[in-house]
Amino acid sequence: MPKFQGTDFYQIDDLLSDEERLIRQTVREFVDDEVVPVIRDNYRDGTFPTQLIAKIGKLGLLGSNLQGYGCAGLNNVAYGLINQELERGDSGLRSFASVQGSLVMYPIHQFGSEEQKQKWLPKLASGEAVGCFALTEPDSGSNPGIMRTRAEKTKNGWLLNGSKMWITNGSLADVAVIWAKTEDGIRGFLVEKGTEGFTSKAVHGKLSLRASDTAELFFGNCLIPEENLLPETIGLKNALMCLTQARFGIAWGVIGAAMACYEEALEYAKGRIQFAGKPIAAHQLVQEKFVYMLSEITKAQLLALQLGRLKDKGTKQIHVQISLAKRNNVYHALEIARLARQVLGANGISDDYQAMRHMCNLETVITYEGTHDIHTLIVGEYITGHSAFV
Amino acid sequence: MKIIVCMKQVPVKDSLLKITDDGSWVHETDLNYEINESDHYALEEALRLKEAHSGEVVLLSMGPERVREAIKQGLAKGADRAIHIDNSSFTTQDPFVNARVLAAAIKREEFDLVLSGLQTDDYGSAQTGVILAENLGVPSATIVMEIQKQNGGIKVKRELESGWFQWVELPLPSLLTIQSGINQIRYATIKGIMMAKKKEIKALGLSELGLSESDVEEGQTGLVFSKIYVPEKTKKTEIFEGDPREVAQKLADKLKNEAKVI
Ligand SMILES: Cc1cc2nc3c(=O)[nH]c(=O)nc-3n(C[C@H](O)[C@H](O)[C@H](O)COP(=O)(O)OP(=O)(O)OC[C@H]3O[C@@H](n4cnc5c(N)ncnc54)[C@H](O)[C@@H]3O)c2cc1C
Repeated sequence: MPKFQGTDFYQIDDLLSDEERLIRQTVREFVDDEVVPVIRDNYRDGTFPTQLIAKIGKLGLLGSNLQGYGCAGLNNVAYGLINQELERGDSGLRSFASVQGSLVMYPIHQFGSEEQKQKWLPKLASGEAVGCFALTEPDSGSNPGIMRTRAEKTKNGWLLNGSKMWITNGSLADVAVIWAKTEDGIRGFLVEKGTEGFTSKAVHGKLSLRASDTAELFFGNCLIPEENLLPETIGLKNALMCLTQARFGIAWGVIGAAMACYEEALEYAKGRIQFAGKPIAAHQLVQEKFVYMLSEITKAQLLALQLGRLKDKGTKQIHVQISLAKRNNVYHALEIARLARQVLGANGISDDYQAMRHMCNLETVITYEGTHDIHTLIVGEYITGHSAFV
Repeated sequence: MKIIVCMKQVPVKDSLLKITDDGSWVHETDLNYEINESDHYALEEALRLKEAHSGEVVLLSMGPERVREAIKQGLAKGADRAIHIDNSSFTTQDPFVNARVLAAAIKREEFDLVLSGLQTDDYGSAQTGVILAENLGVPSATIVMEIQKQNGGIKVKRELESGWFQWVELPLPSLLTIQSGINQIRYATIKGIMMAKKKEIKALGLSELGLSESDVEEGQTGLVFSKIYVPEKTKKTEIFEGDPREVAQKLADKLKNEAKVI
């Protein structure tokens, strides 16, 4: 495979600043050197490449769009481009960074006390500490409002009981952002590794996002000190604000996976000869697949870029705009991965090629952070003014 | 130690190259560019020397506007400032002319060491560095793999043929051309990229360098760049058929009298 140079049919690079391009370049080189050579084995073994955590931290990729406390303070487009390159490597790696940056560092930065920020943000930014975000439970997914995990105020702090399911970085985490029901609604807590009564169990048997740590978390009478409550969290809305951040990164990230699949399949199709001595790329049906892929990659790029600029400016309906982009870009990335896999024929089901790994990963991505259909309902409600959730 | 690193931007490896109709060069519009491979290692070596012995690393790059991206990448990795020679008014296919222009820029600076890559991935002449040393009037060593600072000068390891190496001592100032793959090149960190924005990139044209059009005129050294082309296949395969005894005889004959290998 020739060196990955990005897919840019509409000269969208011209719309990026030098700095944005340089940031992408650095992550691109990192992914080429450190991720691409190892990720297949991690995926096979169902392990996360933990040796990359400190390196990603050193490069400054974690929580890079946050200000201060050891974070880089990048704009949202640069942040998006980082996600895009990471997910070109693997959705599991991008998920790690999304969770750490958008779902752990962001809530601490946004809703945490000064002490919490000082204690955790620099370590999370450098990769010295790992975090996870736990909202989903066995019986509550798309509707987190029905969660069962509870935190009861006692005179020594908070007593936490319940369990969480499908938690990315769950076994690795030094600190978990846990959402629990209290008398005053849903609030966020920082639960530290080693807290008595807090245990985790890795989820096995995944056929998707295999190079990622996914765990179930259990809380049995965990005593959480008052100073570990995220003081500014006052309801489910705060958890959803975190998801908005992560979804933004996903809308960018999946473009990376799509480009990887497109470039790989294109290279293959030009070299694979079947009928009449012609490469399969010379057939109309194969070309149609590539035209679809390039069209959707280009549209997704433009959508993500303008979304990033809007997020930097700040619009009132940014969360809906993010939903639309997450929904659109993930859907098409998954279609692209499926088509690319087909172009590769039997080779496409082998892990010598990337397409099927990306394809399987994207089944998670279209499910987590709000399923495709949940985003349909979010955008639908915004358009019509009618909520169709129930 | 003050180190000047010469860095060129070249088409990305594995690029699909399309030769221009007149055969003078390749179409540049669809190409992406990157820092020449061995220049990356030269920069890394310079940054390590600076970290060990303090001093300054100055990047020097000649090329059109686009090379600023390569310069910024170098600054983001840790170079302190840069000089950009805009060559839009002249072509730079002749290493002699290139070296003359680079020398004019370097002479404006005080320096202890000039590092360049061994050769560029586009023209591959491996001449610019050594001619530059002549222009500057300093000693040089090529294909350098390791640099040790010692009293009053440096000691460097050169790569020779067939797995042989050579250690040479040079005084300072001097010039070294650096071999690829000799160290682990660093990534530009996000912090480095943000800091690079504030670093100086001085743009110099021919007049600022005290050069005239005639100094950069093509063909003056006798080197004429006639055309580039995709290698033509000249090898042919011959298959002998028939009785093994006769075939073996024929093959031996060919190997002896035509290929002259036995
Ligand atoms: C690998 C992986 C990692 C994850 N990481 C995390 C994590 O780090 N933290 C975390 O908190 N969660 C995480 N999740 C959980 C994820 O966010 C949930 O799986 C997701 O929200 C969907 O919830 P569910 O699986 O319970 O599906 P359900 O909510 O049960 O949905 C099942 C189906 O019903 C549809 N549906 C539900 N409600 C409606 C409706 N009103 N109208 C129409 N259709 C509807 C959905 O679209 C979906 O197709 C992860 C999941 C996976 C697979």
